[in-house]
Amino acid sequence: MWAELAVTTAKVVVVALAMVTTVPIMVWVERRGAAFIQDRLGPNRVGPLGLFQPVIDVVKLIFKEDVTPAAANKGLYYLAPLISLGVAMVTFIVIPFGAGHDVSLFGVPLRGLIVAPDLNVGVLYLLAIGSLSVYGIVLAGWSSNNKYSLLGGLRSSAQLISYELAMTLAVLGVLMATGSLHLSDVVARQSGAVWHWNAVTQVIGFAVFLVAAFAETNRLPFDLAEAETELVAGYHVEYSSMKFACFFMAEYLNMATASALTVTLFFGGGTLPGVTLTGWLGLFVSTAVFVAKMCFFLWLFVWVRWSLPRFRYDQLMQLGWKGLLPLATLNLVWVGIAMTMGWLR
Amino acid sequence: MELVVFYVAAAVAVVSALVAVSHRSPVVNVLSLVVTFFCVAVNYALLGASFLAAAQILVYAGAIMVLFLFVVMLLNAPSEQPTPEPRPVQRVAGLALAAITGAGALFLLLAVRVTPGVAPIDGNAVALGRLLVGPYLFAFELISVLLLAALVGALVLVKRKH
Amino acid sequence: MSAYIPILLFILVAVSFPIITILIAKLVQAGRHDPVKAEPYECGIKPTSEAHDTRFSVRYYLIAVLFVVFDVETVFLYPWAVMFRKLALFGFIEMFVFLAILVVGYVYAWRRGALSWV
Repeated sequence: MWAELAVTTAKVVVVALAMVTTVPIMVWVERRGAAFIQDRLGPNRVGPLGLFQPVIDVVKLIFKEDVTPAAANKGLYYLAPLISLGVAMVTFIVIPFGAGHDVSLFGVPLRGLIVAPDLNVGVLYLLAIGSLSVYGIVLAGWSSNNKYSLLGGLRSSAQLISYELAMTLAVLGVLMATGSLHLSDVVARQSGAVWHWNAVTQVIGFAVFLVAAFAETNRLPFDLAEAETELVAGYHVEYSSMKFACFFMAEYLNMATASALTVTLFFGGGTLPGVTLTGWLGLFVSTAVFVAKMCFFLWLFVWVRWSLPRFRYDQLMQLGWKGLLPLATLNLVWVGIAMTMGWLR
Repeated sequence: MELVVFYVAAAVAVVSALVAVSHRSPVVNVLSLVVTFFCVAVNYALLGASFLAAAQILVYAGAIMVLFLFVVMLLNAPSEQPTPEPRPVQRVAGLALAAITGAGALFLLLAVRVTPGVAPIDGNAVALGRLLVGPYLFAFELISVLLLAALVGALVLVKRKH
Repeated sequence: MSAYIPILLFILVAVSFPIITILIAKLVQAGRHDPVKAEPYECGIKPTSEAHDTRFSVRYYLIAVLFVVFDVETVFLYPWAVMFRKLALFGFIEMFVFLAILVVGYVYAWRRGALSWV
């Protein structure tokens, strides 16, 4: 009992620390990446290559004055950033970061580097909790009592729910092929060869999922919630200091979750085709492989952000409802036919 | 441990449900209803019905309450002001009805013996899927018709011919 | 129950982390309050109307209704999707009927212009 609790706590600590370190690293990558793409230097004064810039940013944010607008609805205004960041953090626990089913710690089987291995709703839990993130944004927009934030919050929530549908349908294709809600089973099924990866067998589903992931994380080209040219900063105009930082961290954590989910669902998670390792070595290698794959998608987020222009709102809605939704359904039909005919294993 | 979680979740559910009907600000009403649904989902999960718990959060908290929130914001519903009761008989009737319902629930609670040690229900999606496409097939397909009716109804209400 | 202990632990972390950081910031930050600072931010011009009096397009409501309908649909698809391997052709036809009825609704919504924003 106590040993189990200790192992669980250890996993929680590892994942939580990974989350806390991901954010500053991503901030640095984003700023240096933007500079690289735009052919300028970017932050390079604080530490080697400007590596300590995010640390200084955190210090700055902590010492900033926290202004609460007089017209704001105080309670909800304080609650919104907590919901945003809390939801972004809690979604992480069903993601299988590494294998290691034959490893035990203090006599307790580790069952992979995943915080909650026994949760039998797996991916559904992630989508359910993720669907609550709407509240953080819509409440921030409403409680600030500011026209820009209200418009940003409303737009964003309509966008989130529209793309959630396409995303769910894309995930359903993967679940059909897997026959289980456990993300570890999803990974296990894709092991062995590159053509077992769902990204290969369900290209349409993968494309829909990726586009929807960009929209769900409010990243360019779908960052209509912030749209600084028209809405200043959207739903968090009135937020400053650490409360703003909460939204900021939530955005980067959502990116990390989306990347991790893409890797898990479509790119074989921590498996490397042709390589089977066991024991602690297997755990470390699979975790490293997972992180490497995840880094690619995190970079993709940055890459796309500084390459594509923003959508217009009607185009965004059109794409979600008239483009992605039929495509995702088509993917379901394809998987259904392919599995019935025995083309997919 | 389970008992503690159950009582906490149940208490929060009851309190937030009370807030949902009594607070003056419509947005707070909606939010406390979300909390209620969440706590109910926690209790589903405690019973082993984890699929139902996730579906509860996904549909009620994540979809229906967003719709409610939109409506509240769209109508720009103001906080209710305390006004003199236009029909005092309603209050009496409401209290009476609540008392009857409460008594009924209490009666059921005391009269029906729940046999402990029932085999844990396998609340996962596979078991549910087996039921849905097996014995409840017809009901399952009817749901589709119901959803279609809801869709058409919403469209007719919102988008009148212009 | 043991499946939920990690979630409980993680929720504790997720709730306390933002609260603690905000409290730390509260302790160290400067605060010179000023009624002008607390005005709604509208590019320096005094707001002429309340934000909450802004009117919205009814389409937001429509999108939310459509979302509820299709979200309920996807929830029913989950148990079917994980069972699909065992159901094979029978399950495929069954779900085809389920989806076809909803596709009728989808086409109707499209034709009525509910899916286009402008």
